[in-house]
Amino acid sequence: MTSRRRFLLASAALASGPAFGQSRQRVRFWAMGREGEVVRELLRDFEREHPAIRLDIQGLPWTAAHEKLLTAFAGDAVPDLCQLGNTWIPEFAALDALEPLDSRVAAANIPQDDYFPGIWATNVVEGALLGVPWYVDTRLLFYRRDILADAGYRAPPRDWPEWVRMMEAVKARNPKEFAVILPLNEYEPLVALSLQKEEPLLREGGRYGNFRGEGFRRALAFYLDLFTRGLAPPANDTQIANVWNEFGKGHFAFYISGPWQIGEFKRRLPPQLQDAWMTSPLPGPTGPGQSIAGGCSLAIFRRSRVKDAAWQVVEYLSRTQTQRRFHEMTGNLPPRRSSWAGALEGDVYARAFRDQLDRVKPTPKVPEWERIAQEMRLVTERVVRGDFAAAEAPVELDRRADRLLEKRRWMLARAAR
Amino acid sequence: MNRTALAGWLFVAPAVLALAVFFAVPVVGAFAMSFTDFDIYALADLGNLRFVGLGNYETLLATPLFWRALANTLLLVGIGVPLSIGASLGAAMLLDSKLARWRAFHRTALFAPVVTTLVAVAVVWRYLLHTRYGLVNYGLGSLGIEPIDWLGDPAWAMPAIVLLSVWKNFGYNMLILLAGLQAVPEDLYEAARIDGASRWQQFLVVTLPSLAPLLLLVAILTVAAYFQLFAEPYVMTQGGPAQRTVTVLYFMYEEGFRWWSLGSACAVAFVLFAFMFVVTIVQMRVARRTAA
Repeated sequence: MTSRRRFLLASAALASGPAFGQSRQRVRFWAMGREGEVVRELLRDFEREHPAIRLDIQGLPWTAAHEKLLTAFAGDAVPDLCQLGNTWIPEFAALDALEPLDSRVAAANIPQDDYFPGIWATNVVEGALLGVPWYVDTRLLFYRRDILADAGYRAPPRDWPEWVRMMEAVKARNPKEFAVILPLNEYEPLVALSLQKEEPLLREGGRYGNFRGEGFRRALAFYLDLFTRGLAPPANDTQIANVWNEFGKGHFAFYISGPWQIGEFKRRLPPQLQDAWMTSPLPGPTGPGQSIAGGCSLAIFRRSRVKDAAWQVVEYLSRTQTQRRFHEMTGNLPPRRSSWAGALEGDVYARAFRDQLDRVKPTPKVPEWERIAQEMRLVTERVVRGDFAAAEAPVELDRRADRLLEKRRWMLARAAR
Repeated sequence: MNRTALAGWLFVAPAVLALAVFFAVPVVGAFAMSFTDFDIYALADLGNLRFVGLGNYETLLATPLFWRALANTLLLVGIGVPLSIGASLGAAMLLDSKLARWRAFHRTALFAPVVTTLVAVAVVWRYLLHTRYGLVNYGLGSLGIEPIDWLGDPAWAMPAIVLLSVWKNFGYNMLILLAGLQAVPEDLYEAARIDGASRWQQFLVVTLPSLAPLLLLVAILTVAAYFQLFAEPYVMTQGGPAQRTVTVLYFMYEEGFRWWSLGSACAVAFVLFAFMFVVTIVQMRVARRTAA
């Protein structure tokens, strides 16, 4: 093609677009993992609807995303719009990097009461709404129906005592195997068990740890008891090279995990076992329990110069029909109740998640939380492995949490002055 | 300054400039940062930065995990380096042997782990070391040894990492030593044989002294590499089980890039530097004394 013809074609393309005469706004959107791969397709119609907005979508691998975002902040190269894990929001709030969205949500057609309240709450930091939920995640029970039936139970457990009885019965069938798997390098199961009481895990506005409180002590005792009774193996998930395989072989009957496992179980378990597994809400001490309000939100960066255009994208992605399509593409669960109508209602495995999502709570909203949760995992792992007395664990955890929160206390004290 | 000296300076200027900008400045900056509590709050606003003096170093020395990481690293260096150099020397001698057939093939095969992506290697090794289905335990089982939980048992995880890193890295030193072996004049061996030296004596009086300078080089490089071991535990165990495979560098990475406590991560870097510096000086001294 000659350069002259190319020029003519280019000007024709410009003239035909409605953006002619005004520059199209470029919105830089970062998304992670699988979402980063499908979002381009998901937003194709958006671009047709909004010819004045050009999307510049970048996918990030999950393992590098957090680091990349912080480096981008330090280097003044943040995107306009970003997918953020909702536990990261407090951290970016501390950086004052995110645009409050309260007034935009109020003006737009986004009904807050249609969202699961626990999920919505994860986006509110010190009274300001900093993200709009995009998809949700929580932890609950995956279990083997056939093993449970063989042990004499027709329905999954609803509370802790019943759950323990079932696990004892499962263990009695074959004492060499285990009843539940709680990988020692995951803190989520223990965190989920610790959310049952009203009492928060940090006290005085996230200034000090509250692990000596009754709520955590009780959850910890329950958790550790599963190991001492031999119901759970003291193992990391790297030791269990293939969880699905082991679940299929019946090396354990219960597994606490998240919605992405539905697809994995369907794909990886052999056909004859497809009727043998099911999901169930997490049991609580005396009835159906609480779980973690996880998932991802969409957030706009304060430094963006195209906030209005970025907000259009958020609005589009928050529509119920977009959320349904997003679910079809990824299996991610939508955060709006009305988006669950349709195909999702017929999904037997998703039902337990729908039920659980009405009972989810955010973890403490301080930037230090993930590190504190990590310490929680390390200390409990050492208790399980016998290097540490169970009674000392809450004291040690409070000590570690208080040390990690020292800077936060200093910051809050300085702001108060 | 005369013209020759000026010309000399001009020639080295690009390299010196690059070193100054990309090495000296960051090192000085990191050293300064190790006396502050640079963290996520300071990233938001430098007004939140506090000068803490030797605070990071003090906290570090009072952190049990740091000592554990240091102990793990020293164990790794103590076991890994001799094993690695031994394996390299053994493999180099086998390749250098006149009896060796298919030399080029074997050389390439033994060098292959060095250039293979660690992540791919880790996937394969995770299966090799698997408690129930792993080939390693299968082999041990046929000798009547009970299965070992390589990556899960706190006592065995470090040996597993040592094994992996020795296997992964010995090929590089093997090539250096092989070059050295090929440069040993054949007449020295011949003279030794005429004097009635056994194989072992030939190794002690001809091979080792001829390789001494190379062995020193290899030792220094290997010690430095093992002190900075990071990727192996990162992909195999993430520091677990019970933090038995956290190395100093892994600890530093977590401090700096996971928790964004850059101040304390810098302090870790300088403590590690001090350690490696001392060890290298000792190595040089020993080498000089034995050479003298």
